[in-house]
Amino acid sequence: MKLFRFRGGIHPEGHKLATTAKPIAVMPMPKYLYVPLQQHIGAPAESEVKIGDQVAKGQLLAHSQGMVSAPVHAPTSGIVNNISEMTAPHPSGLSVRMITLETNSEDQWLNSITSTDPLRLTAEEVAAHVGAAGIVGMGGATFPSAVKLKLSLRHKIKQLIINGGECEPYLTCDDRLMQERSDQVVDGVRIILRAVQAEKALIAIENNKPEAIAAMQKSCGHYADITVVSVPARYPMGSEKHLIQTVTGLEVPAGGLGADIGVLVHNVGTAYAIHQAIRHGRPLVSRVVTVGGGAIQEPQNVEVPIGASLRDVIEFCGGLKETPARLLMGGPMMGQVMPSMQVPVVKGTSGIIALSEQEVSHQAATPCIRCGSCVDACPCGLLPLTMAAHIRSNKLEGAVDFGLIDCVACGCCSYVCPAHIPLVQYFNYAKGELAARQQRKHKTEETRKLAELRQQRIAKEKEAKRLAAEKRRTEKAKRETATQHDDD
Amino acid sequence: MSTNQTILISGPHTHADNSVQYIMGNVIIALLPVTLFAIYLFGLPTLYLIIISLLSALVAEYGCLWLMNKPIRPFLTDGSALLTGLLVALAMPPWAPWWIAIVGSTFAIVIGKQLFGGLGQNVFNPAMLARVMLLIAFPLEMTTWISPHPLLFTGSPGFLESLQITFIGISDIDAISSASLLGHIKTELTLGHSIPEILQQQENFSLLNSFVGFTNGSLGESSSLLLLIGGLYLLFRKIITWHIPVAMIVTTIALASGFHYYNPDRYLDALFHLLNGGAMLAIFFIATDPVTSPSTAFGKILFGVGCSSIEYVIRTWGAFPEGIGFAILLMNALTPLIDHYFRPRIYGRNRSGKPLEQGGKS
Repeated sequence: MKLFRFRGGIHPEGHKLATTAKPIAVMPMPKYLYVPLQQHIGAPAESEVKIGDQVAKGQLLAHSQGMVSAPVHAPTSGIVNNISEMTAPHPSGLSVRMITLETNSEDQWLNSITSTDPLRLTAEEVAAHVGAAGIVGMGGATFPSAVKLKLSLRHKIKQLIINGGECEPYLTCDDRLMQERSDQVVDGVRIILRAVQAEKALIAIENNKPEAIAAMQKSCGHYADITVVSVPARYPMGSEKHLIQTVTGLEVPAGGLGADIGVLVHNVGTAYAIHQAIRHGRPLVSRVVTVGGGAIQEPQNVEVPIGASLRDVIEFCGGLKETPARLLMGGPMMGQVMPSMQVPVVKGTSGIIALSEQEVSHQAATPCIRCGSCVDACPCGLLPLTMAAHIRSNKLEGAVDFGLIDCVACGCCSYVCPAHIPLVQYFNYAKGELAARQQRKHKTEETRKLAELRQQRIAKEKEAKRLAAEKRRTEKAKRETATQHDDD
Repeated sequence: MSTNQTILISGPHTHADNSVQYIMGNVIIALLPVTLFAIYLFGLPTLYLIIISLLSALVAEYGCLWLMNKPIRPFLTDGSALLTGLLVALAMPPWAPWWIAIVGSTFAIVIGKQLFGGLGQNVFNPAMLARVMLLIAFPLEMTTWISPHPLLFTGSPGFLESLQITFIGISDIDAISSASLLGHIKTELTLGHSIPEILQQQENFSLLNSFVGFTNGSLGESSSLLLLIGGLYLLFRKIITWHIPVAMIVTTIALASGFHYYNPDRYLDALFHLLNGGAMLAIFFIATDPVTSPSTAFGKILFGVGCSSIEYVIRTWGAFPEGIGFAILLMNALTPLIDHYFRPRIYGRNRSGKPLEQGGKS
């Protein structure tokens, strides 16, 4: 199959060997699970349970609210111990509402759970099932999958692309999933393919995962409309936009969606979760997580219940060898630094990476020498050095002019920068600041509008009063003249 | 685990194995062969000159950093001042007096680099700025070309004699100096001689000599072969990209061959242009200076074409026999403009920045 090349990109060291050959381990149920009500892009879910409620595995804990949202289910059976604000798995260290579940050892599924035959379901019903199962983009973006499916029903989808790129170093959770559960993944792909009525599905896997490619090819054997495509291992191959370009040669228009050009992308983990939801009626309550990095005693992939604390997962993997220099959720390119070991695994957690002191670069940033390495590495065609220079002098509009909003924060520029300038940090700051400014502007605008309306209202009232007074006066005058006449 | 220091770090949390020091160090390594060859070719006075140049660059850098209250160690050890000093030395006549080296290097660092704001902020290539300043301010000292005096051969000045040359002056200057080849040809052409005649009269001239380096000229311009090797090393190490060198070489070949074909009596051929004067040094080491050249691929090609075109025009029709310094400075001045107007196309947008049509074809 003819493949296309996206510009830029890098070849970071893979570090995948430590985990790629080990089977997925299943973690024993920890005593407590901390299930955040917001694990997705969009509005947080609304709690359905009270403290002290007994819940079964798969029971709805919180329902979705709003157009873009996802429900949350009990990852195991137990008692709701607390519903409170706790530290979120996010670098900010801000808190988010979480349900603390005291687990019992029964791990009892909900009785009412039933499997459905996907062949009998309409596309809308598939989307509804996927939505009800709380499935979100498992690659890390955590966009509610049902919303993505529904959006694509409005467009004509020609191709379904299943993202098995997994281009982040260290991460092998998708790799292992494809090696061990290829039949289930392919079944999920078939369900999506049928729902969106696409002509064909392409499962794109980076060529550094030969075992996964072989397993997937075997499972796809009978299906003419599903093809496994081996794509070159180049970061950021797993970026949706860049995978689409690699496989189809088309670019997603700026500000648009893959669906705009007839392409729908889902992650292999999402396909697996959809299979679980539809064939077995099981909502998304666990996921495969790569536990790795130099500070981890026994790196491996683990199937973790949602809500397990990082500490519990790391302890299952033999604990820490040393205090990690950085504890990340996700891979080392785009992963985020975690505020503590107490934060839970969520639906979008692809990896728990504890980097050792040696694995982290400690070089201080020096001035930009304008070498242009970042320009060559940028897969989006931006000028990172110029954007950073604008941001440094607080000219955010200048940075926007050079493409700030098209930045996908992949980190290629920072990775190659010889001056070790934290370019992504600049861009994240600028994006946040722009959003804040927009919000402020919006607020002032709204306040101004309200004030104006109030002025108008007051003016109107005054006018009405004046008119009424005038009317009274004239009437009074009339009456008086009338009585005068009478007097005459 | 301590949290407060680490939580606000953005990804990536891994980094390619490179640094500014690595880049500067590799450029210096790439310049070593031609530097050593120059010392061999022109003897100890050249060695002294290089040492003085390097030291004054470092002293000037130290002084500026100290005055501006900037951290001294990281900047002094990043190799950039050392490289500037070396490039200034390589652009000087081999037996230039000591103060030329001091003035040149100091000027390059203080005016050429630090006044603009230090590393990465300068608009002009510091070494070329120094060379052009010296050429205009001290034309005599900057055009006293001596013929090769290889070390250990008869005629090569000894230790003390070399010190005398560097610090007091060359005693019998006319006996050992001559015009550079490009300068000689320029003079002869104005006298009405044709190029084949001029080259025939020139003793032991051959393109091979120009290539290997047994010619007179600035000390770093002698051997095109060693410069080429250094340049290929930089390409191999991915310190520079092919765009500027290839653009310059192709432009030179195109212009020189065209005019040479039109009138061989009046215009030198392409190989002559490439192998003589400062062309090779500029192509691989000066024009490719990251700070003062454009940062996009297309911009680099444009920059290279501009450099070689201006160089050719000055060499052929200008008052100076060699124009590469002026050419590079002029193109340096255009670099911000090039970078502003010639940007890569952004993913999902067309060249004018509008989102692509629904088809998604770029």
